Formats: sequence, structure tokens, C-alpha cells
Amino acid sequence: MADIRFVGVHKSFGDFAAVDGVDLEVKDGEFMVLLGPSGCGKTTLLRCLAGLERVDDGRVYIGDRDATDLPPRRRRIAMVFQSYAVFPHMKVYDNIAFGLKMQKEKKPVIEERVRSSAELLHIEELLDRYSSQLSGGQRQRVAVARAMATKAEVLLMDEPLSNLDALLRLEMRAELKTLLQSLDATTIYVTHDQIEALSMGDRIAVMNKGRIVQLGNPLEVYDNPADTFVGGFIGTPPMNFLEAEVSDNGRSRIVKVSGGSFEFPGDVAALAGHDLLLGIRAEAIGVETAAADGLVRAKVIVLEPLGSHNLVTVRCGEDTLKVSIQADIFPQPESDVWLRLEPARIRWMDRETGTAIHTGAEELATETAVVIS
Amino acid sequence: MALQQIRIGRALAYVAALAISAFILAPIYLITISAFSTFDAIYEYPRQLVPRDVSTDTMRLFLNSDGIVDSLRRSAIVAAITIVVCLAIGTPAGYAIARFSFRGGDPFQLALVSTRAFPLIIIAVPLAVTYLRVGIDDTVYGVAMAHIAFTLPLTVLVTASVFAGISYELEEAAMTLGCNRFSAFRRVALPLALPGVAASAIFIFVTSWNEVFAAAILTFRNRTLPAQLLAALDASPLPHRLAGGFFLLAPALVVIFFIRKYLLTTWGRVAR
Repeated sequence: MADIRFVGVHKSFGDFAAVDGVDLEVKDGEFMVLLGPSGCGKTTLLRCLAGLERVDDGRVYIGDRDATDLPPRRRRIAMVFQSYAVFPHMKVYDNIAFGLKMQKEKKPVIEERVRSSAELLHIEELLDRYSSQLSGGQRQRVAVARAMATKAEVLLMDEPLSNLDALLRLEMRAELKTLLQSLDATTIYVTHDQIEALSMGDRIAVMNKGRIVQLGNPLEVYDNPADTFVGGFIGTPPMNFLEAEVSDNGRSRIVKVSGGSFEFPGDVAALAGHDLLLGIRAEAIGVETAAADGLVRAKVIVLEPLGSHNLVTVRCGEDTLKVSIQADIFPQPESDVWLRLEPARIRWMDRETGTAIHTGAEELATETAVVIS
Repeated sequence: MALQQIRIGRALAYVAALAISAFILAPIYLITISAFSTFDAIYEYPRQLVPRDVSTDTMRLFLNSDGIVDSLRRSAIVAAITIVVCLAIGTPAGYAIARFSFRGGDPFQLALVSTRAFPLIIIAVPLAVTYLRVGIDDTVYGVAMAHIAFTLPLTVLVTASVFAGISYELEEAAMTLGCNRFSAFRRVALPLALPGVAASAIFIFVTSWNEVFAAAILTFRNRTLPAQLLAALDASPLPHRLAGGFFLLAPALVVIFFIRKYLLTTWGRVAR
């Protein structure tokens, strides 16, 4: 049993507050991703959990133990470092065995665990090599095998895939996820790559400026961002944001953006008194070739065919939007298109604070999600 | 064409390497064969480059002369003490400079270097007087202490730069795997620093083994080998001097040969 709790954790370096009041609970066996841009405090938070940094304030609990003042070796954690930190002066075998030797395991036990860890990561043939004789991907596997060999209850990963090339990263992502599903360990995974976060995590904690700005499962975080930062950080392309005004004349409600206006069917009471930003994902915008009611006119700037779909950049009034459309439609630059901003997929944000305003009209992907098991 | 240029470049590199090796090895070779020649061969002209008959006459004469074996033993003791103490203090100090930022770290490093700026001649008399007063004059410990003072600053600076080149993440990884700070240092940082520490050891040894000025003013009867030779060789015949040169040279080569193993530790990389 090893659930993890951060309670009011603060950590500063000089005047810079790297972690600025984080409360977070991670359930036993959960795969939690800490996601954020560089400098957001995600790695510092992880290092506070590992015991490599002392927290300035707050507590860290691992299982039922207060781990705040424990040294790393007493926390029953294992960590995979961004640089892999494979010991250059030891062979792969001794690298993987290192933690077990420190735990004073018996020789046959060490041998057995090293073999099984190496097998899981397909590096059995490399046990006699030194780190300098390995490729980046192989080193990464050694680092993971070394962390797994100790059978720690908590597995910490600090951007483990960021030093691999794109193809290898894709491969390792799925492999790592499969591997971690088969373990009971609670995993905390730090990354700045939102695709990694979406594709691997049970839940994602999005961090910015030392705080957790949103905590939720990948679909929630993608579909219903808590603020403009999350909407802009997650997703390729990022969420579109347009300045908008909503007027309610009693009979109908009209949304006005710089490129035109359209009717909004939902309740807008919650929006009153806010300067508004309209947020909408690229794939929630429909593209029509002729004018009609509820459509907004736009001019195509550039078309990027991506194989699986086409990405179109359009100019709509004063706003520039990214729209993703079917792969077999090719709107040419300079041509006019008409956009349908799907009302149920619109997310309202306050222009000043950037935080989401919920109207109750949102159709949430989590409600309609189909789980096949 | 290009291939030919590469070949010429390689050939030149070999020639240069051979020339430098010859420059260093020639005196070593000449001293060595002279030390093992008969008296007649040494005075012969032109010199024999290949020894005709090997003889230990010269060496025997040298070793049997007064105080040589004792001074050799004292030199070894002084060098050993200097190496052990220097590394025992210098390695942790270098580690501290590399890993921790502490108040006064930079001035401290500067102060270390500045100790070497003092010409020994200026402090020679006060130093000798102090030694006499404390009562450590004419002892191996006294000489070792002086040698430690010469070599410690550079040992600290060299090991500091060696440790700075070793990623701290490696030690952190060791700590998450069950090490405390010290065992992470001992099991990870120290083995990785070994080549640099070995280089320091060679430097310390050579400095101590060859140091003559401090040894000459701080000792009178219990001299180290260089001090002894300095005092005795002036008045010695040529064979005696050559044997002395060989004796100063040979142990240094042997020690360097053994430390060399650590100097070239490469863990799987091909040694160049």
C-alpha cells in the first residue's frame, strides 16, 4: 500500500518559488502524470517526494508514513532520471543489482531479480556491457530496469523519454505503459510532453508557476480545461481563443465574435458581468463552403495536410483560428469558408483571470465516453 | 589525394610522437645504462650506446656509500605520508568545493592558489626556526609536512574540478537506491573520480620525491634522497652521480607505472 499525499508543499530556491503550495493525493497503484512547461515546478515536486529536495513548508506522506524528513533511501521509492544516471563505472548487471545490494539481498535473489528485470526490458544480452557501450534507448531501459528491480512501492519518473528520438519515444511510450500496468507500484511521471501525459496517465496534474492548475483524467483535462493556460498548453494544435460578447434579448442569445455572430442555445446567466473569451478546439469547428444561419465567415490562410486530417489556419475577423478537418477536403488559401462553432463544445473563459466559466451547456466528453472492457 | 594527405598527416603525428618520446627517454636510457656499466665504460669516449658488459659495480659502490639506503627509505616514507595525507584531506575538500556552495567558497579557492605564490626562499629561515622550536626539525614528519603544504592546494583544486565533472544525478540515483550521502560518494563519485585522483597522486609523489630545497634546509642528518644527493654528489665521482640519478629516477617510474592503471580507467570505452 502506498498512496501519496502532498499537503501544502512549498519549495523555494532563493526568491523563486518553484513549488508554491501544492496539495495532491495520488491513489495506491495510480499512474499520475505531472505535466507542465519547463520551470513550472513539476520536477521539483517530484524531487521533494524522492527526498532529493527538502520542502520548505508542508508535509509529504507516502503510504501511512510522514516522509517529509526521511532521506531518500528510507522512502521506499525508485526513480528514473532524465539523464538516466546509469553508473558509468559498473556493468549493466551491477547497475540493476545496485539497489538490491544496498538492501543486502542474498546473492541468488539478486541474480534472479536482475534477470527478470532485464528480461522485462529486453536487455538480457547487455548485462555484461558498460554504459558507454549502450545507445540512448538501451541506457533508458537499464535505468528503468534498475528502478524496477528493487520492487519499490512508488516509482518516480522524471521525463524518462525526453532524450530519445521521436520514433523510439513512441515505441517506448506504449512499452512503458504496458510494463507499468503490470506492476502494482504507484507511479508519478513528470513530463512536459502533453501527448505523453494524455496517452499514459490515469490522471494528469497540470502545473504552472509552482501550482497545480488542473487535476483530472486525460479526457477531462483535454476537453474541459480549467483555464486558458491548460487549454493552450494541452492539445496540438492548442485550443482557439476568441474575444466574444454574449447578448441576451429575451428570445434568443447571440454570440458576437470579431468575424460575425451566431445564436447560442444554452443558458448564459453565468456569463453575465464577465469579459469573455470563447475557447474551442480545432476539431470542434465545422467548415462549410456556403453561407448559412449560425455560420461565421473566414478566409483560409494556409492549409497543412497531415495525412490523418488536414489542419487549416483561417482568419476570422481579427482572430486567427486553427481548424482541423477531414483529410479529403482541401480549402485553398485565400478562399472563403464558413465556420460552425459547435455551441456544446464551446468553453467560456474570463478574459481577465483566464479561468473557465461553466454555463452548464457544455457537452462533456467524459459523459459520452464509451469504455470497452 | 585526400587519403594520401591523411596518411601523411598520420605519419607526421607518429614522427612527432617518436621525437617527443626520444627526447624524454634518451636521458633516462643513458643514465640507466651508465648506472649498470663498469667504471671504465663510463669514462670511455666515444660513449657506448649499447652496453657491452653489464656490471653492478657502480650500483654497489653507490648503495654502499654512507646514508644512501637510509635516505632512500626516508624519501619513500615522506612521499607515502604526503600522498596519504594530501588525498585524505584534499579529496573531500575538492568534493566539498565541487558540490556545495558555501559562504566564502570563491575566496577560499583563491587563498588556496595564493599559498603557492610564496617563494620558499623567503619563508625558509622562519620555517626552519619554527621547526627547531617545535622540535620537528630533521624528521621525516617535518619534511612530509612541508611537502603536504606544497601539494595540498593543487590537490584540492584538481579533485574539485574532477568532481565537478561528475554528474550529481549519479549520486542522487545512488541515494534513491539505498545509499546515504557518504556511501553514494564512496560507491559512485569516488570510483568515477579515481583517474583524476590518480593524476593527483602522481603529481604529489613526483613533487615530494624530487623536492630538494625544503628537505635540505629542514633536515641535517636524516636527509631524504634528493637532499642527500645534493650534499654528497658534488664531491662524488661520475659513476656515483649517475647511480644517484638512476636511483632518483627509477622509483618514480615504478610508482607512476602502478598508478597509471587508475589513470587510464575507462569502463568500456576504448583507451586511446
